[in-house]
Amino acid sequence: MSTASTTTPKLGVQAATKVYQTASGDLLALDRCSLDVRPNEIVSIVGPSGCGKTTLLWSMSGLHRLTAGAILLDGKEITGPRPEIGIVFQEANLLPWRNLDANINFPFEIKGEKPDRAWIAHLLNRVGLDGFGGKFPRELSGGMQQRAAIVRALALKPSVLLMDEPFGALDSFTREEMNRLVEEIWLDTKTTIVFITHSIEEAIFLSDRVVVLTTRPGRVAKVYDVPFPRPRSLEIMATKEVFDLTNKIKMDIVGERVRPIAPERPSAEIVRIRP
Amino acid sequence: MSGGDAIPEFSKAKSGGDGQDVSLTNLSAFASGPGIKSGAEVAAILAVAVIIIGGIELALRIFHVPQYIMPPPSSIAYALFDEFPLIAPHLGYTLVELVSGFAIGAIVGLVMAAVITQFPFAEKIVAPYILILVTTPMLALVPLLILRFGFGYTPRIIAVALAAGPMVMINAATGFRRVDSAKIALARSYGASTLQIFWKIRAPMALPMILVGLMIGAIFGLLTAVGAEMVGGGFGLGNRLTSYSSMIQMPQFFAVVLILSTLGILIYVLFFLIGKKWASWET
Repeated sequence: MSTASTTTPKLGVQAATKVYQTASGDLLALDRCSLDVRPNEIVSIVGPSGCGKTTLLWSMSGLHRLTAGAILLDGKEITGPRPEIGIVFQEANLLPWRNLDANINFPFEIKGEKPDRAWIAHLLNRVGLDGFGGKFPRELSGGMQQRAAIVRALALKPSVLLMDEPFGALDSFTREEMNRLVEEIWLDTKTTIVFITHSIEEAIFLSDRVVVLTTRPGRVAKVYDVPFPRPRSLEIMATKEVFDLTNKIKMDIVGERVRPIAPERPSAEIVRIRP
Repeated sequence: MSGGDAIPEFSKAKSGGDGQDVSLTNLSAFASGPGIKSGAEVAAILAVAVIIIGGIELALRIFHVPQYIMPPPSSIAYALFDEFPLIAPHLGYTLVELVSGFAIGAIVGLVMAAVITQFPFAEKIVAPYILILVTTPMLALVPLLILRFGFGYTPRIIAVALAAGPMVMINAATGFRRVDSAKIALARSYGASTLQIFWKIRAPMALPMILVGLMIGAIFGLLTAVGAEMVGGGFGLGNRLTSYSSMIQMPQFFAVVLILSTLGILIYVLFFLIGKKWASWET
């Protein structure tokens, strides 16, 4: 741990702050959130709903600009979308008017590059979508759609894969299957993965570290190391250590949920409303 | 810049636009079921048609309904067959007006819809005028257009374009307004330009609505073309209608009506098939 922290982080989140301007006023989504993601590790981000997990991920992707602070990729500040970063979105986010092949070619079309056929064929085989290239998204199950989305994200060989609650809409069996697939792909490619999830089990299964965010505004509350060996079997996932860790993280998040009884907004405003 | 981002949202409901539950494939009986399967079905359909048409024929003959009120189907069919060489050129004139007027109206409507939806503020300013264009029967302008452009093709083509254009535009605009922020984010994550986002995300998403607009526009165009022909000028199917009815040649009159119905159905089937081919991803 101490040796790893001396190397340049793959992703360096430095006091990231994000304010959204909404109709009902400014909304502080992230407040000086700091976090390092090391090369080749899987980091999961968990936290109560609306804690800014997705905001943090979108800022990492360069799709959203931070209000203050910075996010560095290999030491260079991210100011816009970067080809080294692949994203897997909530729901599969496939384009329904394109078949799988055309969906996977989409990034290459945008970039004006020739698709790397051999690599794509390898990926399709890896996720078990051989022979489905001509199918349209509506003809596929949710799990298959998300597999295709993973292939699309990996097609450009990103060095970082950002996954935004990718399996939230899937049933729990499919979800476990997809988790094993992500682990396999990671063992294959060692791509740095930032994984956002609501499921603590999923976070522990996949991650080297689990980051717990606070309720809005999002800040890092705790970081847990997950030292279990890979590939992680069902036996490992059933051990007391995993159970205890799950409970600890759950308590953190539930504790956070209890907190909002205290006013979220500055008390001055509440005083003004009720004189 | 940073404050302008929207809070990431991934609800199933798409923001913007209305009347989004468009399905070309569900618009007709063509879509119901996988088509005609057996000879028995064909026989049943034909039998019903024969009974209805034969029944009308029989009833008209039994009650001695005079031809100037309603000619029997047999004499309409005969008139259609016999008079077709005389009607055919007029069908050609009407098609010229319809196709050229529709092409102009559709192109202008599509371009305006694409441009206007890029600027929400401009859209608010223009919206009431578009509504006036959509709701005003453009037929009303035909006498004025004839006064200005004479009895040739010009006033009719202008009227068709004025009728079709706003219909295409209002539907296409609804299509272009269907923003799916996740899909746009996907394109942006690969560094897509505004133009790429338009052609690869917005346009395909709008296509089902655009096809609906084109279909309605074409049907309104046909309506307006025939109406304009009835107002003035010595050619076109509309002119045949007024001419035959003034001479009380009712079988011929109904033969023209039959041709017009067929034209309308062909327009419908054409866009239905295009929709089935290119927009069937939206179910």
